[in-house]
Amino acid sequence: MDMNVKKKKLGLKEKYAHMTRGLDWQTSYQPMDKVFPQATFEGIKIHDWDKWEDPFRLTMDAYWKYQAEKERKLYAVLDAFAQNNGHLGITDARYLNAVKLFLTGISPLEYVAHRGFAAAGRNFPGVGPRVACLMQSVDEIRHAQTQIHAISNYNKHYDGFHDFKHMLERVWYLSVPKSFFDDAFSAGPFEWMIAIGFSFEYVLTNLLFVPFMSGAAYNGDMATVTFGFSAQSDEARHMTLGLECIKFMLEQDPDNLPIVQKWIDKWAWRGIRVLSLVGMMMDYMLPKRVMSWKEAWEIYFEQNGGALFADLARYGIKVPECLTQCTEDKEHISHQAWATFYQYGGAAAFHTWMPNDEEMDWLSAKYPNTFDKYYRARFTHWRDEAEKGNRFYSNTLPMLCQVCQIPMLFTEPGDPTKICYRESEYEGEKYHTCSDGCKHIFDDEPEKYTQAWLPVHQIYQGNCFPEGTDPTAEGFDPLAAVLDWYHFNNGHDNLDFEGSRDQANFAAWRGMATKNT
Amino acid sequence: MAVQALKDYKFPPADSVDKFHGAQLLYVGWDDHLMFCAPFAYCLPPNTPFSDLCQKFMAHSFGYHPDWKSVDFSKVTWLKSGQPWQPDMSKTLAELGLKHKDVLRFQTPGLKGINGSCS
Repeated sequence: MDMNVKKKKLGLKEKYAHMTRGLDWQTSYQPMDKVFPQATFEGIKIHDWDKWEDPFRLTMDAYWKYQAEKERKLYAVLDAFAQNNGHLGITDARYLNAVKLFLTGISPLEYVAHRGFAAAGRNFPGVGPRVACLMQSVDEIRHAQTQIHAISNYNKHYDGFHDFKHMLERVWYLSVPKSFFDDAFSAGPFEWMIAIGFSFEYVLTNLLFVPFMSGAAYNGDMATVTFGFSAQSDEARHMTLGLECIKFMLEQDPDNLPIVQKWIDKWAWRGIRVLSLVGMMMDYMLPKRVMSWKEAWEIYFEQNGGALFADLARYGIKVPECLTQCTEDKEHISHQAWATFYQYGGAAAFHTWMPNDEEMDWLSAKYPNTFDKYYRARFTHWRDEAEKGNRFYSNTLPMLCQVCQIPMLFTEPGDPTKICYRESEYEGEKYHTCSDGCKHIFDDEPEKYTQAWLPVHQIYQGNCFPEGTDPTAEGFDPLAAVLDWYHFNNGHDNLDFEGSRDQANFAAWRGMATKNT
Repeated sequence: MAVQALKDYKFPPADSVDKFHGAQLLYVGWDDHLMFCAPFAYCLPPNTPFSDLCQKFMAHSFGYHPDWKSVDFSKVTWLKSGQPWQPDMSKTLAELGLKHKDVLRFQTPGLKGINGSCS
């Protein structure tokens, strides 16, 4: 009599091996070098692709199952949020401006990340990283999609959310995150892995997704926080992929170490510069604050990042030199960045404001060494002037850093009262950078950054007006033309929060939701 | 070539002077006045008198600051690329040898911003 024997299930590792076995075929009618031209030009030497270990060993069938479960939960919350007018449950309409910056600055980058990981996967000859990059590529497009859905609820009611794709290509401050990704995407696949897989996922997303998503929860924004939780489980996998790639490169050949170190130094600094935006979101744009930027930096960068570098030390990797500078900067960047957006608030697609007394006291308590000494007088002056009807808007375009593209707002190491100016010359042209970190990056690959699309220079070249504009016409208003080219609704999307349509609508709608008159 | 690339990586710079319709870029920052978050970028014809830069363009940009009315240009000290530099107000940018994307800083002794905070 035949026994009914239960079929033994494959373990995850075996299943992964079966699902990926044989995908690394050798070409027969084209040389491998021609099919994978990007595998070697960066100088990284790989001797055995089979040594790559995918840390998650996730197969597509399991992947779809996990992601589908998360999607169901996310969209259930989003539906409930929409039906219950969840947007009226947030602390204060000022909070929405943090979401606007997040939507316009980050969501399109998720899409670029999707493209970049698809390209990296295509260009790695080894099957392990190829499969892992495919998963991340799918994650990234899902993140772009879910972020857009999470925030579309707000777009129905508030200004500034309406045209993020168009804005990414044009708006001055969006050139900061955009240039980060353009720089990475125009590198080879290994540098891409360090830039996005390591620097962006480790340095940035920990600081973006953990404290900022807590900020969303603190401020009653369940749509964003649900998206954040849904994405965060992917982020952990992405970080591991970036780290695994570094370890793989370092284990394959000792010649890879200086190249990897150079990329880590470069992309840590570029990531840190982008984080200035997140710093001001946390310290200034959340009406109900979770923790200061400085505290977040200490936990998520100094402690978590420190442990990471301790782990990499056995491969010979050193902590990036810029860390000394960052330790000093954590006291300043959020105030300096917010001061910049405040004075260029006429050309931003979100509202800005000065902190009230209670908020200034909070900043003072969180930054006892610096806020009162360097920033309070400036902010109080601006607030007093605004109350007198003399709100400060800068009327002249700022000088930008050639590398990070941020206005030259950062101060000298050791002296927060002096702007940091750095200058380089390349083929007879002058180039200016905001810091030793950015100057070093420029000097290392000047050819790349002489091509930078700097918004201020492009405006002055006349490239940022709607088609058919005649800048020589009488009464021509360049700012209005640029805002028109950005697709801003001038007077609604920009300017001060005080007196904005968002402020008025939120107050009226919440009033209707909580009162009988 | 410093850039690692698959093929020649040679492109003209995006911001060379020929792209600015006869004008040139000049950057000007006011030391100890961080109320203006960054130096300003001006796009001016090379025949612009330096006095116009100070009295017209800079006045328009920096005039919001309460210290501006106390600026005495006869006492202002200048730095060009971080080095001491002395302009002649009656000369033009070209006559002063100011090139495309030069950077100037000016210092106004005795003026230290809002409540002396360098703001």
